[in-house]
Amino acid sequence: MQSIPMEHGLILAAILFVLGLVGVLTRRNIVFILMSLEIMLNACGLAFMVAASKWGHAEGQIMFLMILTLAAAEVAVGLGLIIQMYRRYQSVDVNVLNEMKG
Amino acid sequence: MIELFYLAAFVAVASTVCVILQSNIVHALIYLILSLLSIAVIFYVLGAPFAAMLETIVYAGAIMVLFLFAIMMLNLGQHSRDMEKAWLRPRVWILPGLLAAVLLAQLLNVLFALDQDFVPVEVGVLEVSKLLFGPYVLAVELASFLLLAGLVSAYHLAKK
Repeated sequence: MQSIPMEHGLILAAILFVLGLVGVLTRRNIVFILMSLEIMLNACGLAFMVAASKWGHAEGQIMFLMILTLAAAEVAVGLGLIIQMYRRYQSVDVNVLNEMKG
Repeated sequence: MIELFYLAAFVAVASTVCVILQSNIVHALIYLILSLLSIAVIFYVLGAPFAAMLETIVYAGAIMVLFLFAIMMLNLGQHSRDMEKAWLRPRVWILPGLLAAVLLAQLLNVLFALDQDFVPVEVGVLEVSKLLFGPYVLAVELASFLLLAGLVSAYHLAKK
Protein backbone atom coordinates (compact mmCIF):
# COMPACT_ATOMS: atom_id res chain seq x y z
CA MET A 1 0.00 0.00 0.00
CA GLN A 2 1.43 3.33 -1.06
CA SER A 3 1.49 6.27 1.28
CA ILE A 4 -0.68 9.32 0.69
CA PRO A 5 0.74 12.80 1.35
CA MET A 6 -1.41 14.39 4.04
CA GLU A 7 -1.13 17.87 2.53
CA HIS A 8 -2.78 16.73 -0.70
CA GLY A 9 -5.91 15.64 1.12
CA LEU A 10 -6.03 18.89 3.08
CA ILE A 11 -5.41 20.91 -0.10
CA LEU A 12 -8.35 19.15 -1.74
CA ALA A 13 -10.50 20.08 1.26
CA ALA A 14 -9.30 23.69 1.04
CA ILE A 15 -10.06 23.90 -2.70
CA LEU A 16 -13.56 22.51 -2.22
CA PHE A 17 -14.20 24.88 0.67
CA VAL A 18 -13.10 27.90 -1.36
CA LEU A 19 -15.22 26.80 -4.33
CA GLY A 20 -18.23 26.61 -2.03
CA LEU A 21 -17.38 30.06 -0.67
CA VAL A 22 -17.27 31.49 -4.21
CA GLY A 23 -20.68 29.93 -4.85
CA VAL A 24 -22.13 31.51 -1.70
CA LEU A 25 -20.70 34.92 -2.59
CA THR A 26 -21.68 34.95 -6.26
CA ARG A 27 -25.06 33.30 -6.54
CA ARG A 28 -28.37 35.10 -6.13
CA ASN A 29 -30.59 32.02 -6.25
CA ILE A 30 -31.10 30.87 -2.66
CA VAL A 31 -31.20 27.16 -3.59
CA PHE A 32 -27.71 27.49 -5.10
CA ILE A 33 -26.52 29.25 -1.93
CA LEU A 34 -27.77 26.32 0.16
CA MET A 35 -26.01 23.89 -2.20
CA SER A 36 -22.75 25.83 -1.86
CA LEU A 37 -23.11 25.67 1.93
CA GLU A 38 -23.40 21.90 1.56
CA ILE A 39 -20.15 21.86 -0.43
CA MET A 40 -18.42 23.84 2.34
CA LEU A 41 -19.71 21.54 5.11
CA ASN A 42 -18.61 18.53 3.12
CA ALA A 43 -15.12 19.99 2.67
CA CYS A 44 -14.89 20.41 6.46
CA GLY A 45 -15.85 16.76 6.87
CA LEU A 46 -13.16 15.76 4.37
CA ALA A 47 -10.51 17.68 6.36
CA PHE A 48 -11.58 15.83 9.53
CA MET A 49 -11.38 12.50 7.72
CA VAL A 50 -7.89 13.18 6.36
CA ALA A 51 -6.64 14.11 9.83
CA ALA A 52 -8.30 11.04 11.37
CA SER A 53 -6.77 8.81 8.73
CA LYS A 54 -3.31 10.29 9.37
CA TRP A 55 -3.35 9.26 13.03
CA GLY A 56 -5.52 6.17 12.56
CA HIS A 57 -8.19 7.42 14.94
CA ALA A 58 -11.94 6.80 14.79
CA GLU A 59 -12.78 10.19 16.34
CA GLY A 60 -12.61 11.89 12.95
CA GLN A 61 -15.37 9.65 11.64
CA ILE A 62 -17.50 10.54 14.67
CA MET A 63 -16.94 14.22 13.94
CA PHE A 64 -17.92 13.54 10.32
CA LEU A 65 -21.12 11.89 11.57
CA MET A 66 -21.90 15.02 13.58
CA ILE A 67 -21.30 17.19 10.50
CA LEU A 68 -23.60 14.90 8.51
CA THR A 69 -26.36 15.29 11.12
CA LEU A 70 -25.88 19.04 11.16
CA ALA A 71 -26.06 19.19 7.35
CA ALA A 72 -29.26 17.11 7.29
CA ALA A 73 -30.97 19.32 9.89
CA GLU A 74 -29.74 22.49 8.17
CA VAL A 75 -31.03 21.37 4.77
CA ALA A 76 -34.43 20.42 6.19
CA VAL A 77 -34.90 23.80 7.87
CA GLY A 78 -33.37 25.73 4.97
CA LEU A 79 -35.57 24.10 2.35
CA GLY A 80 -38.64 24.72 4.51
CA LEU A 81 -37.70 28.38 4.64
CA ILE A 82 -37.11 28.47 0.87
CA ILE A 83 -40.55 26.99 0.20
CA GLN A 84 -42.14 29.54 2.53
CA MET A 85 -40.21 32.35 0.82
CA TYR A 86 -41.34 31.18 -2.62
CA ARG A 87 -44.97 31.13 -1.45
CA ARG A 88 -44.70 34.67 -0.17
CA TYR A 89 -42.68 36.36 -2.94
CA GLN A 90 -42.97 33.96 -5.95
CA SER A 91 -39.19 34.20 -6.35
CA VAL A 92 -35.98 32.49 -5.21
CA ASP A 93 -33.91 35.68 -5.56
CA VAL A 94 -32.31 36.65 -2.22
CA ASN A 95 -32.53 40.34 -3.17
CA VAL A 96 -36.32 40.38 -2.75
CA LEU A 97 -35.74 39.86 0.98
CA ASN A 98 -33.97 43.20 1.47
CA GLU A 99 -36.87 44.97 3.14
CA MET A 100 -38.14 44.03 6.60
CA LYS A 101 -41.82 44.62 6.86
CA GLY A 102 -43.17 42.63 9.81
CA MET B 1 -4.72 3.12 -4.51
CA ILE B 2 -3.02 6.49 -4.72
CA GLU B 3 -4.05 6.85 -8.38
CA LEU B 4 -7.64 6.32 -7.27
CA PHE B 5 -7.22 9.12 -4.74
CA TYR B 6 -5.97 11.63 -7.33
CA LEU B 7 -8.57 10.57 -9.90
CA ALA B 8 -11.42 10.97 -7.39
CA ALA B 9 -9.97 14.30 -6.24
CA PHE B 10 -9.92 15.55 -9.84
CA VAL B 11 -13.52 14.44 -10.42
CA ALA B 12 -14.60 16.09 -7.14
CA VAL B 13 -13.01 19.45 -7.99
CA ALA B 14 -14.21 19.42 -11.62
CA SER B 15 -17.81 18.57 -10.71
CA THR B 16 -17.84 21.18 -7.92
CA VAL B 17 -16.71 23.81 -10.43
CA CYS B 18 -19.58 22.67 -12.67
CA VAL B 19 -22.00 23.09 -9.73
CA ILE B 20 -21.11 26.72 -9.15
CA LEU B 21 -21.01 27.58 -12.89
CA GLN B 22 -24.23 25.80 -13.88
CA SER B 23 -27.41 27.79 -14.54
CA ASN B 24 -29.77 24.82 -14.73
CA ILE B 25 -30.54 23.90 -11.13
CA VAL B 26 -31.26 20.18 -11.68
CA HIS B 27 -28.00 19.74 -13.63
CA ALA B 28 -26.16 21.48 -10.79
CA LEU B 29 -27.73 19.04 -8.34
CA ILE B 30 -26.60 16.04 -10.41
CA TYR B 31 -23.05 17.45 -10.53
CA LEU B 32 -23.18 17.90 -6.75
CA ILE B 33 -24.17 14.23 -6.36
CA LEU B 34 -21.18 13.27 -8.55
CA SER B 35 -18.91 15.39 -6.35
CA LEU B 36 -20.23 13.76 -3.17
CA LEU B 37 -19.80 10.26 -4.63
CA SER B 38 -16.18 10.97 -5.56
CA ILE B 39 -15.56 12.24 -2.02
CA ALA B 40 -17.02 8.93 -0.81
CA VAL B 41 -14.38 7.18 -2.95
CA ILE B 42 -11.71 9.32 -1.26
CA PHE B 43 -13.04 8.29 2.17
CA TYR B 44 -12.76 4.67 1.11
CA VAL B 45 -9.16 5.18 -0.01
CA LEU B 46 -8.40 6.91 3.31
CA GLY B 47 -9.49 3.74 5.12
CA ALA B 48 -12.94 4.75 6.33
CA PRO B 49 -15.51 2.49 4.64
CA PHE B 50 -18.19 3.42 7.20
CA ALA B 51 -17.89 7.13 6.42
CA ALA B 52 -17.88 6.35 2.69
CA MET B 53 -21.14 4.44 3.03
CA LEU B 54 -22.72 7.20 5.10
CA GLU B 55 -21.61 9.78 2.54
CA THR B 56 -23.24 7.77 -0.24
CA ILE B 57 -26.46 6.90 1.58
CA VAL B 58 -27.13 10.01 3.65
CA TYR B 59 -25.49 12.79 1.63
CA ALA B 60 -25.79 11.67 -1.98
CA GLY B 61 -28.97 9.75 -1.26
CA ALA B 62 -31.18 11.40 1.32
CA ILE B 63 -30.08 15.05 1.42
CA MET B 64 -29.89 15.41 -2.36
CA VAL B 65 -33.30 13.78 -2.81
CA LEU B 66 -34.63 16.34 -0.31
CA PHE B 67 -33.18 19.07 -2.53
CA LEU B 68 -34.77 17.50 -5.59
CA PHE B 69 -38.21 17.39 -3.92
CA ALA B 70 -37.90 21.02 -2.88
CA ILE B 71 -36.95 22.03 -6.43
CA MET B 72 -39.95 20.09 -7.73
CA MET B 73 -42.22 21.93 -5.28
CA LEU B 74 -40.79 25.29 -6.34
CA ASN B 75 -41.65 24.50 -9.96
CA LEU B 76 -38.87 26.57 -11.52
CA GLY B 77 -39.00 26.49 -15.30
CA GLN B 78 -37.33 28.08 -18.29
CA HIS B 79 -37.99 31.53 -16.84
CA SER B 80 -35.73 30.94 -13.83
CA ARG B 81 -33.02 29.48 -16.07
CA ASP B 82 -33.01 32.65 -18.19
CA MET B 83 -32.94 34.80 -15.05
CA GLU B 84 -30.04 32.74 -13.71
CA LYS B 85 -28.11 33.29 -16.95
CA ALA B 86 -28.76 37.04 -16.69
CA TRP B 87 -27.45 37.10 -13.11
CA LEU B 88 -24.28 35.17 -13.91
CA ARG B 89 -22.47 37.86 -15.86
CA PRO B 90 -18.65 37.58 -15.88
CA ARG B 91 -18.43 40.84 -13.94
CA VAL B 92 -20.11 39.21 -10.95
CA TRP B 93 -17.29 36.68 -10.54
CA ILE B 94 -14.37 39.10 -10.32
CA LEU B 95 -14.43 40.35 -6.72
CA PRO B 96 -15.54 37.12 -5.00
CA GLY B 97 -13.10 35.14 -7.14
CA LEU B 98 -10.25 37.46 -6.20
CA LEU B 99 -11.03 37.35 -2.48
CA ALA B 100 -11.44 33.58 -2.52
CA ALA B 101 -8.15 33.23 -4.45
CA VAL B 102 -6.35 35.22 -1.72
CA LEU B 103 -7.86 32.93 0.93
CA LEU B 104 -6.92 29.84 -1.06
CA ALA B 105 -3.36 31.11 -1.53
CA GLN B 106 -3.01 31.56 2.24
CA LEU B 107 -4.35 28.07 2.91
CA LEU B 108 -2.06 26.51 0.28
CA ASN B 109 0.90 28.40 1.70
CA VAL B 110 0.27 26.89 5.13
CA LEU B 111 -0.51 23.40 3.82
CA PHE B 112 2.51 23.07 1.51
CA ALA B 113 4.79 23.59 4.51
CA LEU B 114 3.28 20.40 5.95
CA ASP B 115 5.24 17.39 4.76
CA GLN B 116 3.79 14.25 6.26
CA ASP B 117 3.07 11.10 4.34
CA PHE B 118 1.00 8.34 5.84
CA VAL B 119 -0.18 4.87 4.98
CA PRO B 120 -3.94 4.74 5.63
CA VAL B 121 -5.03 2.03 8.07
CA GLU B 122 -8.60 0.85 7.88
CA VAL B 123 -10.77 2.03 10.78
CA GLY B 124 -13.93 0.04 10.38
CA VAL B 125 -17.44 0.28 11.72
CA LEU B 126 -16.56 -1.68 14.89
CA GLU B 127 -14.08 0.90 16.25
CA VAL B 128 -16.37 3.78 15.36
CA SER B 129 -19.44 2.28 17.01
CA LYS B 130 -17.43 1.34 20.14
CA LEU B 131 -16.54 5.00 20.55
CA LEU B 132 -19.96 6.24 19.46
CA PHE B 133 -21.82 4.28 22.11
CA GLY B 134 -19.07 4.56 24.71
CA PRO B 135 -17.52 7.95 25.46
CA TYR B 136 -19.45 9.85 22.79
CA VAL B 137 -22.97 8.68 23.65
CA LEU B 138 -23.87 12.23 24.69
CA ALA B 139 -23.02 13.44 21.18
CA VAL B 140 -25.42 10.84 19.75
CA GLU B 141 -28.17 12.12 22.05
CA LEU B 142 -27.44 15.70 21.01
CA ALA B 143 -27.57 14.67 17.34
CA SER B 144 -30.99 13.12 17.91
CA PHE B 145 -32.19 16.35 19.60
CA LEU B 146 -30.90 18.32 16.62
CA LEU B 147 -32.67 16.06 14.13
CA LEU B 148 -35.92 16.23 16.10
CA ALA B 149 -35.71 20.03 16.20
CA GLY B 150 -34.99 20.06 12.46
CA LEU B 151 -37.98 17.78 11.79
CA VAL B 152 -40.39 19.88 13.84
CA SER B 153 -39.24 23.20 12.40
CA ALA B 154 -39.21 21.91 8.80
CA TYR B 155 -42.78 20.66 9.25
CA HIS B 156 -43.85 23.98 10.74
CA LEU B 157 -42.10 26.15 8.14
CA ALA B 158 -43.21 24.25 5.05
CA LYS B 159 -46.83 24.05 6.21
CA LYS B 160 -49.31 26.15 4.28
